[in-house]
Amino acid sequence: MRTPAGHEVYAMGAEYPSAAALYEAAKMVRDAGFKRWDVYSPFPIHGMDEAMGLGKSWLSSVVLAGGISGLLTAALVEFGPSWGLYRLVVHGKPYDWRTVPAFFPIMFEMTVLFAAFAAFFAVLIMNGLPRPHHPIFNWERFKRVTNDGFFLVIEARDPRFTELEARELLERSGGQHITIVHED
Amino acid sequence: MNDWPTAQDVVQEEAETTADRPLARPPLVLNRRNFSWITERISGVIEQPAPRWWWVCFTITGTIAMFGLFCLGYQISTGIGTWGLNHPVGWGWDITNFVFWIGIGHAGTLISAILFLLRQKWRTSINRSAEAMTLFAVMCAAIFPGVHVGRVWMAWYLAPLPNNYGIWPNFRSPLMWDVFAVSTYFTVSVLFWYTGLIPDLATLRDRATTKIKKFLFGVFACGWRGSNRNWRHYEMAYLLLAGLSTPLVLSVHSVVSFDFATSILPTWHTTIFPPYFVAGAIFGGFAMVLTLLIPARAIFKLHDIITPQHIDKMAKIILLTGSFVSYAYTMEFFVAWYSGNAYERFAFWNRVLGPYWWYWWVGMLFCNVLSPQLFWFRWCRRNILVVYFVCMCVNAGMWFERFIIIVGGLHRDFIPSSWGIFIPTWVDIWTFIGTLGIFTSLFLLFIRFLPMIAMSEVKIVLPEADAHAHSPNGHHPVAAGGMERT
Repeated sequence: MRTPAGHEVYAMGAEYPSAAALYEAAKMVRDAGFKRWDVYSPFPIHGMDEAMGLGKSWLSSVVLAGGISGLLTAALVEFGPSWGLYRLVVHGKPYDWRTVPAFFPIMFEMTVLFAAFAAFFAVLIMNGLPRPHHPIFNWERFKRVTNDGFFLVIEARDPRFTELEARELLERSGGQHITIVHED
Repeated sequence: MNDWPTAQDVVQEEAETTADRPLARPPLVLNRRNFSWITERISGVIEQPAPRWWWVCFTITGTIAMFGLFCLGYQISTGIGTWGLNHPVGWGWDITNFVFWIGIGHAGTLISAILFLLRQKWRTSINRSAEAMTLFAVMCAAIFPGVHVGRVWMAWYLAPLPNNYGIWPNFRSPLMWDVFAVSTYFTVSVLFWYTGLIPDLATLRDRATTKIKKFLFGVFACGWRGSNRNWRHYEMAYLLLAGLSTPLVLSVHSVVSFDFATSILPTWHTTIFPPYFVAGAIFGGFAMVLTLLIPARAIFKLHDIITPQHIDKMAKIILLTGSFVSYAYTMEFFVAWYSGNAYERFAFWNRVLGPYWWYWWVGMLFCNVLSPQLFWFRWCRRNILVVYFVCMCVNAGMWFERFIIIVGGLHRDFIPSSWGIFIPTWVDIWTFIGTLGIFTSLFLLFIRFLPMIAMSEVKIVLPEADAHAHSPNGHHPVAAGGMERT
């Protein structure tokens, strides 16, 4: 979709006066059946995931996988040399699987380390970050999102998107400064 | 359109409804500040040119840090003999300083992780700077065991790699556990801290006035745009990092205590050490948080964000953990008597009456046990000077405690012919003072270049951040699966 001036349209956005207003508007857009839309706020709004019809984040499963891989790595690094590569008897302690209590601390630390890396990289990758430029930044008012602005944006890619319907919905939900956001 | 309450209405309503609720909790941000005020005040700290006091402080601390770096260079190039270590005291100020610094870090993680899991919303005003303090303290801590190996170019022996004979490090050794615990602690603390910083870096990016600032903040903010689809994963990551950091922080000082507890020396060989060390770490760490935040709060006029309520709560935590520590001290004496072990009994008599007697009476008894008792009184918790006095006592007391444990355990060996005394050299003393300089210099740089208060988190505790209480359809119950962010 293009504007009369020839710009590619990315989305239509509106600003809301408060977190509560944005929350109610999100429920209306969800119920209207839109799929490619998002709300933007300076902080996470409690209950917004349900208002948008989003489920629980599956990031936790990535972190679990990270933790398990850390545990296995530690077990390999500890048992590999102790049991296989270079059997070392210290203090007359066993070197095979029976030495496992003395290996627990490092297993624990590695589990936490790998799980934390998984959480950190998963949150970036799942959010498509780092992404230095995004069409939404073409909207001058949008700068307030990291200060005190609350925005709702319906993308033009949404199959239900028509300029008229989107504008009507954003108006009805109490949106202000309704604007077409350009792709470039 | 006009049905929607504006921020002003919400604030108004909050003011009206709290007036007749005498038992209501006091607000965490005073004077009904709004979102934009928080952004302005906290970003303003780093956007204005550096004030003169900052340059004065930074020059002083930077010079002290240089002394420390010089001493490290001198010690590395000359040898470990420049420290006062000798038989029987092979661990002196160096390991004391290591335990002292690593302990200070624990308060930051307690605030950022454990208080988050416990839904303590007041943590939002102090978590960022406490986490930064953690990182700088762990950096200072890591210096000491690093150079204590003597030939620092051999420090890679600490890594899980085979040496030139194909022998691997002994993974059953508590010293090896320590390497893993401290390095994991530092790495996870950095990840947690940076994750929390991303939304605030985006705020600074959007406010940047010069191209260089916009570029740098833009790079580090990773293109954050506050989208709820992003917040959803972000909150989960934050929760999980908090969940991972919680057992981690408890494990770090436990593992540090294993360095001592698994040995056979009287006063070291005790099962009480892990909880005793963890409580002591949080105790000393909170004292350091307050030591840094009380001046910062006054200088940057952050009284509406770091309120007397925050200081009161931190004082209570100092009182609580100080009581744990006092209990542990008492229990050590009891067990020394109850065990019937002559060496153990002697070691504790020696602690109170031996050559280091005044370290115990001043450091442990007065600073750590008695001074926090002032915090039983509300007047003392609300009086900045008293709070600061107690914090300085605890800072010093916790250093003395570690010295008593380490050198006190070593200087009286089992055989009187091997008895000795530890005398620090000027290199010992200046290396420690130097790390104080490194720590404060890093903290000064932090408050100059990064937001010292988590803006996006403080905004959540404002009443108008609640999307439910003030919607026209009345109160909505919290839906299942929705995560409350504190």
